[in-house]
Amino acid sequence: MNSFKEKLIKRLFCITAYASLLFLAGIMFVLFKESLKALEEVSLPAFLLGREWYPTDTPPEFGALSLFAGSLSVSFIAVLVCVPLGLGSALYLHEIASERQRKILKPVVEILSGVPSIIFGFFGLVVFAPLLQEMFDLPVGQCLLTAAIILGVMTIPTITSLSEDALGFVPRSFKEASYALGADRWQTLRRVTIPAAASGIITSIIMGIGRLMGETMIVLMVAGGAAVIPDSLFSPVRPMTSTIAAEMGEAAQGTLHFSVLFEIGLLLFIITFILNVISELISRRYRLKLGQGR
Amino acid sequence: MKNKIIQNTAFTLIALTMLATLFFLASIIYFAAARGLPALSWEFITEVPRNGMTEGGVAPAIAGTFYLTMGAVLFAFPLGVACAVYLQEYSPKGYIVNIIRMGINNLAGVPSVVFGLFGLAVFVKFFGFGVSILSGSLTLGILILPGIISASQEALMAVPLSFREASLAMGATQWQTIRGITLPAALPGILTGLIISIGRAAGETAPILFTAATLYRKGYPTSIFSEVMALPYHIYALMSEGVNPQKQTAIAYGCALILIVLVGLMSSLAIIIRNKYRSVYGH
Repeated sequence: MNSFKEKLIKRLFCITAYASLLFLAGIMFVLFKESLKALEEVSLPAFLLGREWYPTDTPPEFGALSLFAGSLSVSFIAVLVCVPLGLGSALYLHEIASERQRKILKPVVEILSGVPSIIFGFFGLVVFAPLLQEMFDLPVGQCLLTAAIILGVMTIPTITSLSEDALGFVPRSFKEASYALGADRWQTLRRVTIPAAASGIITSIIMGIGRLMGETMIVLMVAGGAAVIPDSLFSPVRPMTSTIAAEMGEAAQGTLHFSVLFEIGLLLFIITFILNVISELISRRYRLKLGQGR
Repeated sequence: MKNKIIQNTAFTLIALTMLATLFFLASIIYFAAARGLPALSWEFITEVPRNGMTEGGVAPAIAGTFYLTMGAVLFAFPLGVACAVYLQEYSPKGYIVNIIRMGINNLAGVPSVVFGLFGLAVFVKFFGFGVSILSGSLTLGILILPGIISASQEALMAVPLSFREASLAMGATQWQTIRGITLPAALPGILTGLIISIGRAAGETAPILFTAATLYRKGYPTSIFSEVMALPYHIYALMSEGVNPQKQTAIAYGCALILIVLVGLMSSLAIIIRNKYRSVYGH
């Protein structure tokens, strides 16, 4: 009797373990199913390579290239902000900060990584965009650069915590060996600790890029919203995420527009999925390299 | 000597990046406090909006965020902890477990707006829940599930093996060991994950855009099938709609401050619990 109960409980737990897989598969299935109409009616080259995005015109144009270019350019410039600052802060916490500073700074970074993106979007809109507009004498403050900087700032804590973890995983003996050979702290950091933690750091950057590409509210509020391929830092852009968020409300179910928005979602999902798999593969290799089998 | 100079230069640069990071983030907190505090009052957090959202309070939005977050937790917490228990306590290491792990990691990386699309297609349309607390809660629940699983798994992993062995040696079954020993020992870590997830669910906007949120409703939600106002969405709505930007921005500052304080309190609480618990097992 008892062993029957034990087995039953184990079964129940086993089912819950599959829930995440089920949801992931469900998301893939739903995105694909809802995109079917778009996949049939808009040719893939026209969708992926078309520059004209006029979803409500007759006949409508569904070229997503400028949306993709918007996501890519915003994420790329945001990386230039968050990687140096995030990584630098991680190095500071790891190498320079005193025990007392660490005790304060680490929780601060952690709390900041929990600040919702809507808050960053809001401040981008009311504080930073007007500031930038005045500084560079722009017609509007909402543009690629504004969105990228705000996105970058939002992602700093993510990169900092993950990189700091990676640096912390480097065995102490590596550093001690380097010091014993007469290297100073900077030489050890640059030639030993950072290379040893490189794959962990790269994983953190890839995860950061995934977050940047998928972030919605900030670009919706401060990127400007024009579906054009940006030609300067001050061009307004309309990344994929903000297109979905802005247009889903007005697209009726069953219309081609509705379906195309799901196709953009599918594209976004595929991009972040690939980024996730890459970071997964790198971090697995990295664990083996440092002899942490778990 | 030359090396000394290089090291000092490098370390100064690194320290500057830390300062820049703190500066950016401190300025956000500063603006939230400086411009948000004047908007706050007892009326602001207890009354309904009036005059097309230009006066009155934001109580329905606070209530909506509370309902959505609670719903998400009720759905995701039992599921997430059970999943962690299976992966950590029952599962034989192997092929399937690796796939499940990858699935969890990938789910954690799915953009929040994609969860919104999923919720729209499945909960709002397919199951016919409509734009409602239920649809929004389930969508947010799936979003926070991976975080709850990872945190619970780590908490279970931190329980020393000897605890389980002692219990099994006393003749307890595996389930008795999990229920009586392992889960209670891992509880602080699991709670930490729960609290962080609450903060996350409360702040997310994109997943509730098409599944739960509404710009304005008269009064409070009456059932789980009601649309709701929610704090993060309210900030967005105040900034993108309406005809009185100045008054609306002031209210949005108030909402932003409430949200920051709410999420900040959650994270601080989680950190405090974790630190206390670390000292118990000496990690």
